[in-house]
Amino acid sequence: MIAESGHYALVLALGLALIQSFVPLIGARLRDPALMNVARSTALAQLLFVGASFVALVTLHVTSDFSVANVYENSHSMKPLIYKITGVWGNHEGSMLLWVSILALFGGLVAAFGNNLPLSLRAHVLAVQAWVASAFYLFILITSNPFLRIANPPIEGRDLNPVLQDVGLAVHPPMLYLGYVGFSISFSFAVAALIEGRIDAAWARWVRPWTLVAWIFLTLGIAMGSYWAYYELGWGGWWFWDPVENASLMPWLAGTALLHSALVMEKRNALKVWTVLLSILTFSLSLLGTFLVRSGVLTSVHAFASDPTRGVFILLILCVFIGGSLSLYAARVSSLKQGGLFAPISREGALVLNNLFLTTACASVLVGTLYPLGLEVLSGEKISVGAPFFNLTFGPLFVPLLIAVPFGPMLAWKRGDLLGAAQRLLAAGILALLALALVWAWAHGGSALAPPAIALAVFVILGAVTDLVERVGMFRVPLGTALRRARGLPRSVWGTAFAHAGLGIALIGIVCETTWNSEYIGTMKPDDVAKVAGYELKLDGLFQRQGPNFREMIARFDVSRDGEALSVMTPSKRSFTTRSSSTTEAALLTRGASQLYISLGDVTAEGAIAVRIYHKPLVLLIWWGPVLMAFGGVLSLSDRRLRVGAPKPARAQQRLQPAE
Amino acid sequence: MRRMITAILALALLGLPAAYAVQPDEIMADPAKEARARELSRELRCMVCQNQSIDDSEAPLARDLRLLVRERIAAGDSNSQVIDFLVARYGEFVLLKPRFERQTLLLWLLTPLALGAGGLGLWFQMRRRARGSADVPPPLTPDEEARLSALMSDEAKSG
Repeated sequence: MIAESGHYALVLALGLALIQSFVPLIGARLRDPALMNVARSTALAQLLFVGASFVALVTLHVTSDFSVANVYENSHSMKPLIYKITGVWGNHEGSMLLWVSILALFGGLVAAFGNNLPLSLRAHVLAVQAWVASAFYLFILITSNPFLRIANPPIEGRDLNPVLQDVGLAVHPPMLYLGYVGFSISFSFAVAALIEGRIDAAWARWVRPWTLVAWIFLTLGIAMGSYWAYYELGWGGWWFWDPVENASLMPWLAGTALLHSALVMEKRNALKVWTVLLSILTFSLSLLGTFLVRSGVLTSVHAFASDPTRGVFILLILCVFIGGSLSLYAARVSSLKQGGLFAPISREGALVLNNLFLTTACASVLVGTLYPLGLEVLSGEKISVGAPFFNLTFGPLFVPLLIAVPFGPMLAWKRGDLLGAAQRLLAAGILALLALALVWAWAHGGSALAPPAIALAVFVILGAVTDLVERVGMFRVPLGTALRRARGLPRSVWGTAFAHAGLGIALIGIVCETTWNSEYIGTMKPDDVAKVAGYELKLDGLFQRQGPNFREMIARFDVSRDGEALSVMTPSKRSFTTRSSSTTEAALLTRGASQLYISLGDVTAEGAIAVRIYHKPLVLLIWWGPVLMAFGGVLSLSDRRLRVGAPKPARAQQRLQPAE
Repeated sequence: MRRMITAILALALLGLPAAYAVQPDEIMADPAKEARARELSRELRCMVCQNQSIDDSEAPLARDLRLLVRERIAAGDSNSQVIDFLVARYGEFVLLKPRFERQTLLLWLLTPLALGAGGLGLWFQMRRRARGSADVPPPLTPDEEARLSALMSDEAKSG
């Protein structure tokens, strides 16, 4: 009954989406506010029905109703409750349902909080949003129905892939989807603007908060996924340039570019044509990512060819939306007036440079991800494109970009003073060179590129600090005045500083982890001691434990440094009986931003165990950086000036207040 | 007692797929050669995995390849000889960094070309715009001059 209700709710949502796709557009043509307002109510109702459908699937998973195929294939009655819930989106059908739920959520948010949007713009935006939603509802209902029943229900389920039975799954996919799908709003805004043929600085002001929200979630989602891979997959890698990861990185790069170009458009009414294109491209890349991950084309082109229903359907959605929006763009672009002239050396110029490098980086990830697929389809030849390729093409693009980062916020709009900016960054530059010398002197071994990279990161961080210092006049005015000014600075200025500093911090982590990582690989018997980076790890012994749906072998390590006992680490290997597979649960010991990492191998016949122990210096900075970037985004989002266009009903009496 | 537990554990785990990236018994005695082997391993793909290098992969095939790489190095092959040997045996698919060849031309060149084209496009646009903005608006006609001075005097009177 619950399954059928869920299914029915989804069909109703499709119906509502279809109404929302056309009625508001007719209303806009007829200038009929009532018809245009249909968009609002249908968007909210749609959210209600998709939400009900999602709750239905969660209920089925929690109650272990194995008469539903999706539950049978991905759940087990002994599975802990949290994994019963997260297992909902740990499979194809469920994750698509999450996808449309989040799409409906964003539509609902625009409907609920978009009171300050012009009525016809809101109608258009929600209509475009409904086109996307209808396409994906159809996709789910036709090819990936999560509510299918099994005629003869089995008593027990097949359990969820053990690698996915982790808290990471609870957070990572929803975050990622909030980011991915959130860009649909900027897409809808762009298409709506093209249909209406009207676009101005106010448009950018409305789009930017939505883009920022999506970007914050995507940033956190990618960072979460990376950390999850790092501790769960058991060999301490945190980024693999896997096509699935690339699929999330591409919208992030394009979205970051979009945030910056929308800024130019909002402040200076320039780069309109480019910003609209970027909005379309960003969501197109999200759709491409969905296609890559969901069609199975990555595992093998042949697997895709043998069961093409799903893949072809998404490919169709992809072509219609990307092709359609780009054609619309091509047809309407000439009507968009370019405004706001600026000199090459200016804030706008710096942001254009940022866009150039970010989109090129995005292109390099795109070509690296799709080239092997294309080549195999065209010539049958199989090649691999992996980390060494991206390190050579993607990596170098970030050097000029990072050098430019501190200069950007220091340049004035319209016409900037590069020499002046350089003078103000002199201290940051000197300190960065000092860092270079220090790292060079202290570091032994490792790539010669590492010290300059650290210096670059230090320059980016100090550049962000310098910007704040300059703005509040620290060291030039009395401390009290400076602090008062710091409080008065717009939150978006703080946001920029945090986000840019986060970039530098992540870079330090990446460089330290890849360059000065030390490892110990060996076979250890109880009471053996391994020495890694000054730490002594003594294997205490091996123990066995029974978990809810797995058996676990735990190794106990006593960790000490210079004879002083620090902690106990217990890496383990879990074997899951239902799927007869095992996972390696690495043990992590955090010391400051550095970590010790132990993962277990096989037990030999003599009762010894293979272990891998790593010391990863400053590895946590890799994820603190993105967290800081996301925090910067949140600060920027809370800026009063942005909130004028952000999802908040405008209060009438505010307009009566005297100007500050 | 403890030995018995470990023996039982060993038996219990025997049924599981043997899993491990670089195992202790693979490591070469000569650290310099081992370092070379590790470096090469990072550029070679475990063909049954998704974009994993044989250095990272737990698959049995990756182990075989790691041992093969070390065998070749022990036999005195240079790095490029090892790679040639593996490509001859397994095809280009084994390389995580595709060679610069006719069919990978676009793959390697797209990034620099995109950057170059983007940069050039921007430069041209800047120049066009700079020329556009340098154009001084045409001087006012006597008619307009008269209207302007009328407006100015109006302003002065009312102000």
